[in-house]
Amino acid sequence: MMGSLLLREWQILRRAKGTVINPMAFLFLSATLFAIAAPALVTQQISQGAAAGILWTLVLLTQLLALDGMYRRDFDSGLLEQLLVTAQVPFVAVLSRIFMQWLSTGFIIVLSSPLLAILLGLSTEALPAMALALLLGTPALSLLGSIGASVTVGFNRGGVILALLVLPLFLPTLIFGADLVEAAQTGRAVTPQAYVLGLISLGALALAPFATLAGLKISLEMQ
Amino acid sequence: MFTLNQLCCERDGRDLFAPLTLGVEAGAYVELLGANGSGKSTLLRTLAGLHCQFSGSYNTVPAVYQGHRLGLDALLTPVENLIWFAGLEGVTLSLERILDALQETGIVTKAYDSCAAMSAGQQRRVAMSRWMLSQRKLWLLDEPLTALDVEAQAVASRIIEEHCASGGAVICATHQPLDLAAKTVLTLMPQAAETSL
Amino acid sequence: MLGALKRLWHKLGSPRWFFALTSFWVSLFGWAALLFLLVGVVWGLAFAPADYQQGNSFRIMYVHVPAAMLAQSLYIGMGVAGFIGLVWRMKLTDVFIAASLPLGMAVTALALFSGSVWGRPTWGSWWEWDGRTVSTLVLFFLYVGIYALREAIAEMQLRARASALLAMVGTVNIPIIKYSVEWWNTLHQPASFGLTQKPAMPSEMWLPLLVMVLGFYALAGCVVLTRMRAEILHREGSARWVGEWVAGRRGS
Repeated sequence: MMGSLLLREWQILRRAKGTVINPMAFLFLSATLFAIAAPALVTQQISQGAAAGILWTLVLLTQLLALDGMYRRDFDSGLLEQLLVTAQVPFVAVLSRIFMQWLSTGFIIVLSSPLLAILLGLSTEALPAMALALLLGTPALSLLGSIGASVTVGFNRGGVILALLVLPLFLPTLIFGADLVEAAQTGRAVTPQAYVLGLISLGALALAPFATLAGLKISLEMQ
Repeated sequence: MFTLNQLCCERDGRDLFAPLTLGVEAGAYVELLGANGSGKSTLLRTLAGLHCQFSGSYNTVPAVYQGHRLGLDALLTPVENLIWFAGLEGVTLSLERILDALQETGIVTKAYDSCAAMSAGQQRRVAMSRWMLSQRKLWLLDEPLTALDVEAQAVASRIIEEHCASGGAVICATHQPLDLAAKTVLTLMPQAAETSL
Repeated sequence: MLGALKRLWHKLGSPRWFFALTSFWVSLFGWAALLFLLVGVVWGLAFAPADYQQGNSFRIMYVHVPAAMLAQSLYIGMGVAGFIGLVWRMKLTDVFIAASLPLGMAVTALALFSGSVWGRPTWGSWWEWDGRTVSTLVLFFLYVGIYALREAIAEMQLRARASALLAMVGTVNIPIIKYSVEWWNTLHQPASFGLTQKPAMPSEMWLPLLVMVLGFYALAGCVVLTRMRAEILHREGSARWVGEWVAGRRGS
């Protein structure tokens, strides 16, 4: 079952490349805007902490943009109701959807983090730390965001409400993610932050699929 | 196959129809009639497990559900859609069986085209193939004849008849009664009067 | 035994029973709130000694601390109610959420406002990114999220389930958010006055605070129960007992 689910996700990803490209374009574009609007923040060595913070904030917003469409297509086409009626283990179906969502946004962000870091003037020594922070932190964003996306998918314009619901939940990831990068730059130990980020992602992994399933059921009953 | 015991679907605390009690055996075709808004779709969604607001109880086996939204991914071809769907059920289908089913519903020539390029009726035909390929005995069909041409309507009737003949059961909400010899007609009536007052 | 428990549980979930039971509790909480708040305000503002560092401005604490505590308790209460409502399908829990949501938002806003007013003489600015301030601000956003969600869903039952789910998720996250904000705070802020946590607060100062806290909670109990009763009348408007109750009120 998992195989055929992931196969479909992969086929869709190949045919609708916008789901990967558009959020990434948004991320790079907004990073550019930041660098232009506030050059002092990203060019001077003293404000290294700011660069990490800006990058993490932009990652959060990019995820938010991508999350809005996470279940929308499947909801509108009726695939989602088929999934809940037919799937032997809907839990696995939801989990594979979240995994693909992460693969198509969070993971791509991890891969492109060196470029982003250069754009925002982050020192090269901090690059591995940045990639590590993103790798450990972005799964939590996809997981927690999935809960909000599942509840708002039935709304005509759910974007703002989605933001209100999930951004507060993203805060711990933001704090530890940004701090990990800053710690790497100032020579502090990064392991505590890495552990906490991993724990947050694990906790979200335990909570999110069930909550998402409940949210999807509510949304499907709305019509 | 399934039983309803004083089942009454609700929407926001409002009863949609007078309570239903019914037992359906294998081989039965139940036609669900009723005016717009009488709760036909909601009853089917309840039986499919998509609607949780009801009083009374029901017992049912896992079912195939066909709602107003077809549940086809526009980015995939019919074959890919059917493979995905079989995967949900935990079944692996041979390509021949899939093509056979598409042949039956007369859409095999489009087997490898994108569903996005198809008309509503053609997509319905793909959905019909999906019922045929499912292992499940109970079919819950909501207005399955919508957008179908005369020929496809005949195909739909035949598929439903064959499914019932082979030990399945079908419950079908429709405004165009199907031309089947044996059927149970179930008409949803609005709740008689507010009893709580 | 189990049968009796089950009956009690059903009774607890019945709006009519709840309505009949709570008329006593509303007045009890109401009088308790009046008493505690009066005593607390007079004691805290007039009799408690001035702080050796801050002078009289510390007295804002007598509003700020109870408001902040209540803000958090109400949210957690909503999360617990949401859990009960989702698991046991109890209608009353949504009445509770609907009743405590506006009050929760109001006391969170009060905590932020009083904190800001307190911060002016203490820290020299209206807003400091202090750990507890940030936690309270995020709590306010959590409230706003649920409020927005409830506004967006027209169907009552689904609104109840959706907000119950989100209140639960938020409640699980509150300690994590608090912990991470504290971590962030210790890194980025010079140590601030830990006024409410200062262990050496003399009993003349914290006893009135305790009275104020009790007063705030009693007031919340009174307000939430009153709002719940109004909500029940609204929702059960077509039931016979509501008609009888209204007729009885008119008659008397």
